[in-house]
Amino acid sequence: MKPAPFEYDDPQTVAEALDLLARYGDECKLLAGGQSLVPLMNFRLARPGRLIDINRIDSLSGIKRDDGMLVIGAMTRHSAVEHSTEVAGGWPLLTEAVGWVGHGQIRNRGTVGGSVAHADPAAELPAAFAALDATFRVQAKRASRLIGWEQFFVSEFTTALAPDELVVAVEVPRPQPGVGAAFVEYARRHGDFALGGAAVTIKLDAGGHCEAVSIALLSAGPAPVRATSAESMLRGAIVDQASIRAAAVEATRGLRPTADLHGSTEYRLRLLQTMTQRALIKAAERAKATP
Amino acid sequence: MAVSQLVGAKIHRREDPRLITGHGRYTDDLTRTGLVHLAVVRSPHAHARIKSIGVEAAKKSPGVLGVFTAQDFKDIIAGPATHPVAPVFAPDKKVNPPRYPIAREEVCYQGEPVAVVVAEQRYQAADAAQLVDVEYDPLPAVMEIEEAMKPGSPKAHTDQPDNIAWDATYVPWEATEEAFKTADVVVKQRILQRRLSPNAIESRVVMAEYDPFDKRLTMWMSTQNPHWIRLFVSGALGMGEHSVRVVSHDVGGGFGSKISPYPEDYLVPAVSKLVERPVKWTETRTEAVQNAYAGRGQIYDVEASAKKDGTLLGMRVTQLLDCGAYIGTFGAFQTCACLLAGGAYKWKAISSRSIGVLTNKITTDPYRGAGRPEATHVAERMIDLLAVELKMDPVELRRKNFPAKEEFPFTQNFGLVMDSGDYNASLDKALKLFGYDQMRREQAEARKQGKLVGIGLSTWIEICGLGPGAVTGPATGGVVLSESAQVKVHPAGGVSIYVGTHNHGQGNDTTHAQIAADALGVPIEQIDIRHGDTNEGPGFGYGTYGSRTLAVGGVAINRACAKVVEKGKKVAAHILEAAEEDIVFDQGKFHVKGAPDKSKAFGEVAFAAYGQLPAGLEQGLEAVAYFEPPNFVWPFGAHICAVEVDAETGNAQITKYVAVDDCGNIINPMIVDGQLHGGIAQSIGQALYEEMVYDQDGQLRSATFLDYTIPSMNEIPNIQLDRTITPSPTNELGVKGIGEAGTIAATAAIINAICDAVSPLGIKHVDMPATPDRLWNQIKEARK
Repeated sequence: MKPAPFEYDDPQTVAEALDLLARYGDECKLLAGGQSLVPLMNFRLARPGRLIDINRIDSLSGIKRDDGMLVIGAMTRHSAVEHSTEVAGGWPLLTEAVGWVGHGQIRNRGTVGGSVAHADPAAELPAAFAALDATFRVQAKRASRLIGWEQFFVSEFTTALAPDELVVAVEVPRPQPGVGAAFVEYARRHGDFALGGAAVTIKLDAGGHCEAVSIALLSAGPAPVRATSAESMLRGAIVDQASIRAAAVEATRGLRPTADLHGSTEYRLRLLQTMTQRALIKAAERAKATP
Repeated sequence: MAVSQLVGAKIHRREDPRLITGHGRYTDDLTRTGLVHLAVVRSPHAHARIKSIGVEAAKKSPGVLGVFTAQDFKDIIAGPATHPVAPVFAPDKKVNPPRYPIAREEVCYQGEPVAVVVAEQRYQAADAAQLVDVEYDPLPAVMEIEEAMKPGSPKAHTDQPDNIAWDATYVPWEATEEAFKTADVVVKQRILQRRLSPNAIESRVVMAEYDPFDKRLTMWMSTQNPHWIRLFVSGALGMGEHSVRVVSHDVGGGFGSKISPYPEDYLVPAVSKLVERPVKWTETRTEAVQNAYAGRGQIYDVEASAKKDGTLLGMRVTQLLDCGAYIGTFGAFQTCACLLAGGAYKWKAISSRSIGVLTNKITTDPYRGAGRPEATHVAERMIDLLAVELKMDPVELRRKNFPAKEEFPFTQNFGLVMDSGDYNASLDKALKLFGYDQMRREQAEARKQGKLVGIGLSTWIEICGLGPGAVTGPATGGVVLSESAQVKVHPAGGVSIYVGTHNHGQGNDTTHAQIAADALGVPIEQIDIRHGDTNEGPGFGYGTYGSRTLAVGGVAINRACAKVVEKGKKVAAHILEAAEEDIVFDQGKFHVKGAPDKSKAFGEVAFAAYGQLPAGLEQGLEAVAYFEPPNFVWPFGAHICAVEVDAETGNAQITKYVAVDDCGNIINPMIVDGQLHGGIAQSIGQALYEEMVYDQDGQLRSATFLDYTIPSMNEIPNIQLDRTITPSPTNELGVKGIGEAGTIAATAAIINAICDAVSPLGIKHVDMPATPDRLWNQIKEARK
């Protein structure tokens, strides 16, 4: 319906925002694109006492390259990532992944930092960042730090961020030359949260062996899942239907995705296998096509 | 009759520029001086006894004018018309629990109003509503139809003897004994019609202003039928209809959910009386998903039999209908499925029975198609099941059992007279458009590669244009569903037409004007169509539902225009100094027979009608007509769908969809196509996506658009449309309805295609919605 009463601040600089966070901590909530928070507030499921709206902090937006690394400002909109030639050129996995986020209108408002800080296990960007071994730049009034994706995503809607900390940017290392990437998911409707999905990068040698591989799953558990044992199974192996199938089975071993109205745990598990398999096939084809 | 110029023309909807540029006047866009806002405190329980209601904290909340519970309304909402229930086709009702707009001692569904809060601002009302402290004693909730039917089941209402709302047999089982005894093949199937949430994009809004000096009440609201609401609300509030005015400007969809009265329709005006301020309530989306009267919610147990050669013999249908906590005002209309389950086919005999069951859920009521989509689904599924058993092509089996074109009017098994039809013509055209033979060959190839590809048909029929008095009179408890129109020609020739139907997306402002423009021979720009205000136009309007607006309301307009022309001839005779019988009306001009240049334009006659006239001829050029149709109208058509099922994800992808429909003569082809597109999209929703899911305690789990999955533009395939035209003999325009056709036809084509796709795995039936996890699971089980 409509949100419960709240206080509102709109800092113009990161320093002002960090001041407010230091002062209010747990009592407040950061408002980025608002695509998840605002509906929760309208349902009155979230009732923050204070909103700190960081939409006016220009320095938090933008995509740039820093020493070969991709640096995406936290307030960069999904649509900016989607249409960035920089991203498409060096990090096509992100371009493909971000296209699955909601609908066009949502991508025009939703932000990269908001998506990672919200930490929905069904979200596309956290899984893609996991596959790409991204790191998050985090600031607080008292100190700044870098947090790797593995430490950052703790559980459903839970991150390693302290109440006074702000994600300011995401750093994504440049994939090796010759890597093929693919992001595949299945949702009931276009724009829905994925019932299962996979973000994959793979590099093949001249003989068709897997030189490097990363497999990250979404909607697979409380946080993005890196299928490390499947990765090591595949590394060094000839990449063919059989090895891909075996890796997909291995990738989902031990997972227990949560059942809901749209799918049982068993269904979601098999779907994750299928998605992993399809993503690996696609990524391997792309790797072969890459000079 | 004038040469038709506008009827049949593909002209743009006149209402669109206003609506699509954000200039519509929906009820929530309106305000009044001194307006206050109402919020409803609702039961979180599906079934509970109210122990106490604490209102003190809410009363002290900022901006609050009052908090009201059942006892505050007992002297205001007291009349007999509170939540009326039409007997419709299940006259032998057993349990019909009385319904009051606000719970007294017991709440019987999640969302039942318990208290209302009125405040200066909408936010304040919402804040204060959360402070109302209701103490409940939970009671066992009965949620499943078959559970509710068992002796000793928990009761949906503790003060009622059981949960059986009705148990009506239309034709007893003995009548079909022969048809099953002599059969070569018998198939049996349980078919589910799960509950659907109607989800008009404009949620319901009610604004009411009571004037304590003139003792007049005005209501502005989103409804499909303002006059019915005036009848019910005036009765319940103990006011005469003359002192109640219901106004409904633009309405953003209804699909049947805005026909029957709701608690707020009584509570909002009653609160306006109590606080002596205009009051508005705007339904939230959460309230709409939870408490808009739901559609479907039925189980069908069906048997059908045939001879080896494909001659259909007998059908037996039992409908178990989940009424919800109270019988819907027109809820029993859905029993019409029991009279129509034979579909477009000739059967030797059909038996049917309907059992209405009370549960602790929101009421079910007509939802786009209401009983006819269910009947089509039953008929078309049973035909396909028989075709599989008989090893016949489903096209051949259908053709074999259609009544031939020459057999119309055709009296079906329940005595209903199908007015006209040429079922082979629409099927032929659809098969050609679809490329049926080629598609079957491609299917055979795809199957060899292990693909699950299927083709499904629905040669649907529909009964609509509600309706003839002989049927609708007894069905509504006395009101015949005719329709009214008033045509007023002003002195300078402008035409105002007031109709009793109501536009909630159908484009009537355009089609009605097309009819009148031809009938009066005046430019369409000179015609204004008005509806949705009980203070304007004829004494009663019956509203828009049941695909009746054109086939009943359009005819009333045509007849009122004809009366105006008759009067115009008298006036023209006077000014042309000719005998009345020598006046010819043609293309907007009155002329003397045999002397076309001796003529007066329509405008000149209109002006003269208000001037000096001979004795015995009254001034004015206006007329009222009511049209009671002698029969229903019977649209029909053929839909063909191709799907591919992904065995790994369970996804069913519609790869081709063709529909050839026949709704008789067409006023505006663009609007007909639009109605079909929307109806088919809604049907895709039911077939693949939508279902209201409750937990065992009666909590709605599919309570948001994340979990109640309406298909969006992305999920709707390209739909190829074509048509045949078989004019209806039931009315002089030769028209039938098309508003519900897509919804009636499409689920069967889609599900038949899915069943065909998975048939190589030995799967015979798939229920709706065919969601990915369900299909995947069914495939997995079949492969075991």
